[in-house]
Amino acid sequence: MATTHAGESTGGDAGADTGRRRGGVREPRACRTRTAPVVLAAVPAAFIGVFFLYPLVGVLTRSFDAGTLLETWRNPVTTEVLWFTTWQALASTGLCLVAALPTAAVLARLRFRGRRLVHALLVVPFVLPTVVVAAAFLSLMDRFGLADRFHHTVWAILAAHVFFNYAIIARSVAAYWSQLDPAPEQAAAVLGASPLRVFGTVTLPRLAPAIGAVSAIVFLFNFTSFGVILILGGPRRATLDTEIWRFAVQRLEFDTAAALALLQLLCVLLLVAGATIWQRRRHVAERLRTDTARRVRGAADRLLLAGTLGVAAAVVGLPLAMLVERSLRSGGTYTLENYRRLGHSGERLQALFVSPLAAIRHSLEFAATATAIATIGGLLVAVSVSGRRRRGAAALEGAFLMPLGTSAVILGFGMLLVLDRPPLDLRLSWWLVPIAHALIGMPFVIRSVTPALAAVSPRLREAAAVLGARPARVRREVDLPLALRGLAVGAGFAFAVSLGEFGATAFVVRPERPTVPIAIFRLLGRPGEAAFGQAMAMSVILLAMTAAAVLLIDRLRPAGAADF
Amino acid sequence: MVTHDSFAVTEGIIESFEETTGITVNLLTGEDTGSMLSQVILTKDNPIADVVFGIDNTFLQRALDEDLFVPYRSPAVDAVPEELQLDAQNRVTPIDYGDVCVNYWIDATDGTPPETLEDLADPRHAGSFVTQNPETSSPGLAFLLATVAAFGTDGWEDYWAGLRDGGVSVTAGWSEAYFGEFVAGGGKRALVTSYATSPVAEVLFADPPTDTPPTGVLTDGCFRQIEFAGILAGTGNLPGAQAFVDFMLSDTFQEDIPLNMFVFPASSTAQVPEVFATHAVAVPEPLSLDPALIAAERDNWTRRWVEIVLR
Repeated sequence: MATTHAGESTGGDAGADTGRRRGGVREPRACRTRTAPVVLAAVPAAFIGVFFLYPLVGVLTRSFDAGTLLETWRNPVTTEVLWFTTWQALASTGLCLVAALPTAAVLARLRFRGRRLVHALLVVPFVLPTVVVAAAFLSLMDRFGLADRFHHTVWAILAAHVFFNYAIIARSVAAYWSQLDPAPEQAAAVLGASPLRVFGTVTLPRLAPAIGAVSAIVFLFNFTSFGVILILGGPRRATLDTEIWRFAVQRLEFDTAAALALLQLLCVLLLVAGATIWQRRRHVAERLRTDTARRVRGAADRLLLAGTLGVAAAVVGLPLAMLVERSLRSGGTYTLENYRRLGHSGERLQALFVSPLAAIRHSLEFAATATAIATIGGLLVAVSVSGRRRRGAAALEGAFLMPLGTSAVILGFGMLLVLDRPPLDLRLSWWLVPIAHALIGMPFVIRSVTPALAAVSPRLREAAAVLGARPARVRREVDLPLALRGLAVGAGFAFAVSLGEFGATAFVVRPERPTVPIAIFRLLGRPGEAAFGQAMAMSVILLAMTAAAVLLIDRLRPAGAADF
Repeated sequence: MVTHDSFAVTEGIIESFEETTGITVNLLTGEDTGSMLSQVILTKDNPIADVVFGIDNTFLQRALDEDLFVPYRSPAVDAVPEELQLDAQNRVTPIDYGDVCVNYWIDATDGTPPETLEDLADPRHAGSFVTQNPETSSPGLAFLLATVAAFGTDGWEDYWAGLRDGGVSVTAGWSEAYFGEFVAGGGKRALVTSYATSPVAEVLFADPPTDTPPTGVLTDGCFRQIEFAGILAGTGNLPGAQAFVDFMLSDTFQEDIPLNMFVFPASSTAQVPEVFATHAVAVPEPLSLDPALIAAERDNWTRRWVEIVLR
């Protein structure tokens, strides 16, 4: 990290570094003394320590066996699984970047009618149960006569990962991008650079912090992919996550599961460390604006808008349309019957155990609580690490990524294993579910806010200080408004994560308090046309809940924060 | 009580137990039988529950080997047929049973559904059969065990090689097979590994309502799954746990089982609801294997199965 102080004397006001690959404008040392104390992060750090590290260490030590570890790690099958896990995650993340960056550009740079709605709709795939997405994908492929060639191939896995994670990249990058001053790009264009060259040499390096932050999340999601691999990838393919699950709950060989979980942990640690170092080196002071989008004007803009929305519609819209269509089909005709039945399932659908409406209520309660925890905790972490270049701060930020890269089964077991005695006797507690969800939601908040905070030009803070503002006020009036857009994006994702989470929830939820995804799984666990139809209707309701929640969270941003 | 995610009971049933005994019942759930048993094994030093329900005969020996239970013979066990009582030491109590069988979509079989396991291996049928991976699915494992029971430890491998050559399809779980590839969810395959009671659900959850199920059951080659309850060693409330096991064998609870969990009650004094009695297919000679043999050979069999069918 020694090199990070290079060049920090350059003025912060010159806008972004426009050409060089690295370097750029560093934050003056003097400013760092004014950053918030690390103490702020103590509460979220304690949270992750108690509810993530402690359970993880507990379950791994309970099942650890050195002999099995060596044997498992040396097994060529393990190498094969590790290789497949890694390359499919890399390929999925790369494809997702290619598909989502143009959308991010349009969302960031163009102001058009329905921009907020597009933002919200992009998030909804994220919450869908894999088995429902698989059904939608297969019926879509069936329309094109490709189902047989698509089913149980690696292409199905990649397509599903792009579908699920598209919004994470598009939204998070767009949030940052829209705050970047377009002047350097304009200057480059005036100097004769082609649009592609402007993007490659000016925009992309400036976006690197945001892209790096969010790619790490997407990679971890793909790295720990479970349902997609089992259902769409077919029985021949396995990732570390599916193998951990198989050894832990099918074979009950906990020592092998622990050996694989340690391997997964190690890989994730390496990735997180690498990503954190890479990202810290790319932090560049920027003159952030609240929103730099401009109105759509001219044929070129319209073409760009139509093309990008077309890609988004193909990637996200088509499978969703298939799902909505299926939810409206009942008894051979189009009707609202599947939805109507959700209201009074007590008579014939006893199998669900708890009414679908109650499941919606449980989901909303869990999600609201989890989002509150994740947002407050995430903001505290982001504020206390931003502007800090010390290893401790980087490690802290990286630590919060770890739950994303951990097997839900392992974490679920760990929680039940160690949170079993007062004062932390939580095994029967309602709180376990929102706590588990908040662990996954918090990195979204941190990663959405940190790039903006880190990029706040020191001159802006200095100007405020010169004008007499105390540090706390500088933070409130300079940093906070600029962080709010990222915060809204992060909170929206935290909410969506909670609405859609299944793996950990299934372990810690009480059966009489199912969430919507669990209710969908229960419906899909029964034969019968009506059960299937209701599962599809329930999925569409989950979509609508997510879109509504994301729109609402966007609206909650106080005046002064940017408008989409 | 800790149980699996297929557990369901009509509202008011457990409450009636709570009212009569003054005992409060808390429910906990694992994702499926395997994860529930994992939870119980991992937490056995400080048990997560007093009673566990849902361990089946494919996992039974593994659970017994872990010394999880306090033996208890409920007086109500006298009404349970002896063939369901697999543990002579009464460490576990049989609560319900059901058969895993191949189902067919009647309209998709041209009036000639397979009648035996041998018929099923005929390329005409094998090519439209979808089953589940025994390494990831409970009915998938039960069907593999059925073929081991039917063809012996020497013959089952050839049988599966025949199914593979005939074009059998394999999914990870029951839902993907039944709603994904089977005709029921819009798929093309006419045969699926499911349960002898699936036609009951097809009638109950039909759309539009009907009195004739669209599916039939191949009654040859069915594997019987028996589900047990056990009192966990280290329980802080032994009398309460025993009272709850008694309650699970009472007619009140037993008669509520069929339409919630789509399995048969273990107690012979319980009356089965009419719709269930009409449409659940009776299996004349269900197959089974010694739980100890299953525990000893299961991993070998599934490993061989993967090599034969998937590689």
